[in-house]
Amino acid sequence: MRLEKNRLALPGVLLAAAIAAGCVTINIYFPAAAAEKAADRIIDEVWQLKGGAPAPAPKPEAK
Amino acid sequence: MKTFRLFEIVLLLALLSLASHAGAQANLEINTPGIAAIQASMQKRHAELAPLYASGAVGLTRDGNVQLRDPSAVPLPQRAAVNGLVAAENQDRAALYREIARANNRPEWEGDIRNTFAQRWIDRAQPGWYYQTAAGAWARK
Repeated sequence: MRLEKNRLALPGVLLAAAIAAGCVTINIYFPAAAAEKAADRIIDEVWQLKGGAPAPAPKPEAK
Repeated sequence: MKTFRLFEIVLLLALLSLASHAGAQANLEINTPGIAAIQASMQKRHAELAPLYASGAVGLTRDGNVQLRDPSAVPLPQRAAVNGLVAAENQDRAALYREIARANNRPEWEGDIRNTFAQRWIDRAQPGWYYQTAAGAWARK
């Protein structure tokens, strides 16, 4: 009985650890689309483009 | 029975982590006093830089800076002032990229943020302004 419980606990812990590690890895990726949006908002302000000519759309990119 | 429960918990954890990743990537934090101050300083300077972009004296570099690319387009007496303007702008830009990375608790993103800005400054430049291509040559919008 006891042995069986332990046998299940180890894979469970390993799986949880793998997911936690994956979590950290995914979060480290640079959010390119969000950065582009942030850049555009700042450029609007610095170059006073709001209300002027519409800005060219960002080039399509893989997400 | 127990295996099933474990599987469910793992699945739930995976879904939760996915949801939090999606949330974290929706936006970058740019609303900090530090970023606002740099932005205001750059906005003010732009009034002086805009004619220099238009004349081609100053161009947008591929690394997210500005550069005096044609000194002969600036009368000699004004050249020192323009050099100062370019240096001040590049200082502000470096601080801006650094501050955005820091505001998002990712100082290591500074280079990526700089590259993103470099591309967007060039994409959104006015017709007639000069920019540096990926190969480093100057081109006109």
